[in-house]
Amino acid sequence: MVFERLARRPTSVAKLASRLTVSRPAVSQHLKVLKDAGLVSDHREGTRRVYRIDPRGVEAMRAYLDRFWDRALAAFQAAAEEEQET
Amino acid sequence: MNDVIEPVKKQILVRASAAHAFRVFTDGIDRWWPREHHIGKSPLKRAVLEPRAGGRWYSVCEDGSECEVGSVLTWDPPRRLVLAWQITAAWQYDTAFVTEVEATFTVQGPKQTLVELEHRNLDRYGAAAAALRKQLESKGGWGMTLEAFAKAAEEPS
Repeated sequence: MVFERLARRPTSVAKLASRLTVSRPAVSQHLKVLKDAGLVSDHREGTRRVYRIDPRGVEAMRAYLDRFWDRALAAFQAAAEEEQET
Repeated sequence: MNDVIEPVKKQILVRASAAHAFRVFTDGIDRWWPREHHIGKSPLKRAVLEPRAGGRWYSVCEDGSECEVGSVLTWDPPRRLVLAWQITAAWQYDTAFVTEVEATFTVQGPKQTLVELEHRNLDRYGAAAAALRKQLESKGGWGMTLEAFAKAAEEPS
């Protein structure tokens, strides 16, 4: 799998751009789409930003929603019990 | 990527009748909807759930703009409600992307209602990611493919 291979080797934008026949902004734009979709993550190493595939994208989304519904339902319970029907 | 992602399941006991709990959950959604969960650029002013099957589920921002969250799939007061949650992993509303949120209200006593919530089809986040990947891979306009990415990434430094 392409993504699994990428996951093993985090790579900077500059390095990707230098090995491909496209501009660095084009690489950055491509990575932004992938990042917004939760498919890649990035972190800073010195002056470089290094990208890697995020294999936990879907699980991270699930974990977020799990926490979200805990908070939301606690607030719902408080609202439902605060004002009783007349 | 093919693994089935378990639904998020919650339950909470509310000291209120089922009718009241259902009403607060739907008509009263603005009273409990977490403010920080908001995809608009302007702060959230009001959360709205239209009380009928096919109704809109959206938020109104301080600047007057409206952000869709999803819609009402099943409206069966005071027992059951199914909502379409249509926010993608990129935090965008997408009419083609649907995950379901089901809430059931079960009477436990005169003023006690068990509210069970299930947010399911979460594997569609993975499917959506795979679809995007396929789209990017087939799109010549990007000037590169993920295969090229992988190849570049695998070359020794």
